[in-house]
Amino acid sequence: MSFALVDGNNFYVSCERVFNPQLEGRPVVVLSNNDGCVVARSAEVKALGVKMGVPWFQLKDLAVRHGILALSSNYTLYADMSNRMMGVISRYSPSQEIYSIDECFLGLDGFPADGLAEMGQRIRQQVRQWVGIPVCVGIAPTKTLAKLANHCAKKNQAGTDSVCDLGRLAADDLTALFERIEVGEVWGVGRRLSEQLAGMGITTVRALRDADAALIRREFSVVLERTVQELRGVSCLALEEVAPNKQQIMASRSFGEYVYALTDLEEAVSTYIARAAEKLRRQHSLANAVQVYIRTNPFSEKQPQYQRGITVPLTHATSDTMRLTRAVLWGLKRIYRPGFAYQKAGVMLMDLHGEDQAQGVLFAVSAPARPVLMDVIDRANARWGRGTLKLAAEGVRKPWQMKRERVSPAYTTRWDELPRVN
Amino acid sequence: MSTPDKPTHGGARPGSGRLQREPSKVVRLPVSLVPTMQALIATRDFPGGAMLPHPGASRILRPLLGHKVQAGFPSPADDYVEAWLDLNEHLIEHKDATFFVQATGDSMTGAGIQEGNLLVVDRALEARHGDIVIAVIDGDLTVKRLEKRRGRIRLVAENPAYAPIEFTEGQELTIWGVVTSVIQRIKR
Repeated sequence: MSFALVDGNNFYVSCERVFNPQLEGRPVVVLSNNDGCVVARSAEVKALGVKMGVPWFQLKDLAVRHGILALSSNYTLYADMSNRMMGVISRYSPSQEIYSIDECFLGLDGFPADGLAEMGQRIRQQVRQWVGIPVCVGIAPTKTLAKLANHCAKKNQAGTDSVCDLGRLAADDLTALFERIEVGEVWGVGRRLSEQLAGMGITTVRALRDADAALIRREFSVVLERTVQELRGVSCLALEEVAPNKQQIMASRSFGEYVYALTDLEEAVSTYIARAAEKLRRQHSLANAVQVYIRTNPFSEKQPQYQRGITVPLTHATSDTMRLTRAVLWGLKRIYRPGFAYQKAGVMLMDLHGEDQAQGVLFAVSAPARPVLMDVIDRANARWGRGTLKLAAEGVRKPWQMKRERVSPAYTTRWDELPRVN
Repeated sequence: MSTPDKPTHGGARPGSGRLQREPSKVVRLPVSLVPTMQALIATRDFPGGAMLPHPGASRILRPLLGHKVQAGFPSPADDYVEAWLDLNEHLIEHKDATFFVQATGDSMTGAGIQEGNLLVVDRALEARHGDIVIAVIDGDLTVKRLEKRRGRIRLVAENPAYAPIEFTEGQELTIWGVVTSVIQRIKR
């Protein structure tokens, strides 16, 4: 068994730099929706000690002092660049698991072991040239170790030129390396687990690898025991080449400004449910229930607080935007209270199953579903852009829409926003 | 119209009640067959021996042929059906590495690149002498012709009004991509 983990460096920042080379070598952060928190940092920003998730307003002083540039997140651009990057990487192996927007595993069974590091270099070089994104490559006999190898490549703790093949390391060197890495860097070991492990004297990767597997299983879980096995080079996690269908689909956003009126909330919730329903149809599922929730800003202590959610069961499982919209608006009316400054709303489609497993209705005439209409809406929105065809319930002006004041152009997906060359 | 011995109010109305064409019968069915049977009943006048689609049937896509079916005379073009010409296929060799950019200014008019033209840029290609390239100059993207001769590297405008940009040893030139097509819309 052998796996590679290919991971884009500071992915969002790197995407921005491809089209705006001015950002090269300068401290850059990308902010979350509504320009709230830091979700991506360039190496220069990391060097200043800025942590992930810090609210932007707390960084204002530091930003002025060091000239940190902040950008709103441009997910349209990042998704397109991700597809390109994954496409290039997929040329190197018949099996690929896209793990997140900026990282993927490759299955390397049957590849000659002495050529893997060199192949890692070729991947790195080709992604850099074709797409413009710098990546690191970790190679090892298990997915957990490949993740760790990638960490080593990134931190320059092992390997060369951003590629690290742990499979080529001698046993003693591997042990010495694992001695130097904190246990919290292991895939699946979060902050809380790290603290608990520290209580047992396990603070390094080496200590976890050499821990009593049966004890780990008893004290923690079979999942962590599997991690121990994977650290020992016993592959327990296979590639998941086809993403499993989602069990629930969520769509929620915080608003660009406070929302007070029911009509504005109705527009927002209708917009979110339309988006969620589109995702539901894409995975060919139906929902049996839908949840809607609204809340005020929990960080604003001066304002009166309110939050409430309601689950609306559906008589007939559906993926029809109109029926789902009617259900969430019904639910919203029941939880809405006037006089509050709402900051966020969300919807969730629940109890999903495949389109082919629909159950008939016993005591009602099933309202006709409109699969053809939904299909037309989805196609039109795919071809001419999101929101081309929508229910009037979504509203037109959408004053509640999130703020992205520093967003870069959709360089690769809109004709009128292409990069300009002189 | 009424007659004295036939009352006009009350009594059976013509067309009401169960159809009397033939006697009916109650049947037990497995639940999974109910939709199929309902569909069957809905069609009522289906011909004997007709087959109905399974409600959960999978779809199979077939190529659409470009001629009408004519009984008796198969189209002589049948074996010559070809795919629709796709400009993407014509203009793009490396999909993942190809980007579109828009030309501004007049520095490349001599190479047929006008203000506003769409340029197809392939990043997969290694830039060679004579290629029209997108390069990074002072953090900006620029389109110029690349000259690599006798160890000398220059970016040359195709307009005498602009001086070539010379790169000396140690100076780094970043090539962003190679221009493979210029697309110019004809104004009308």
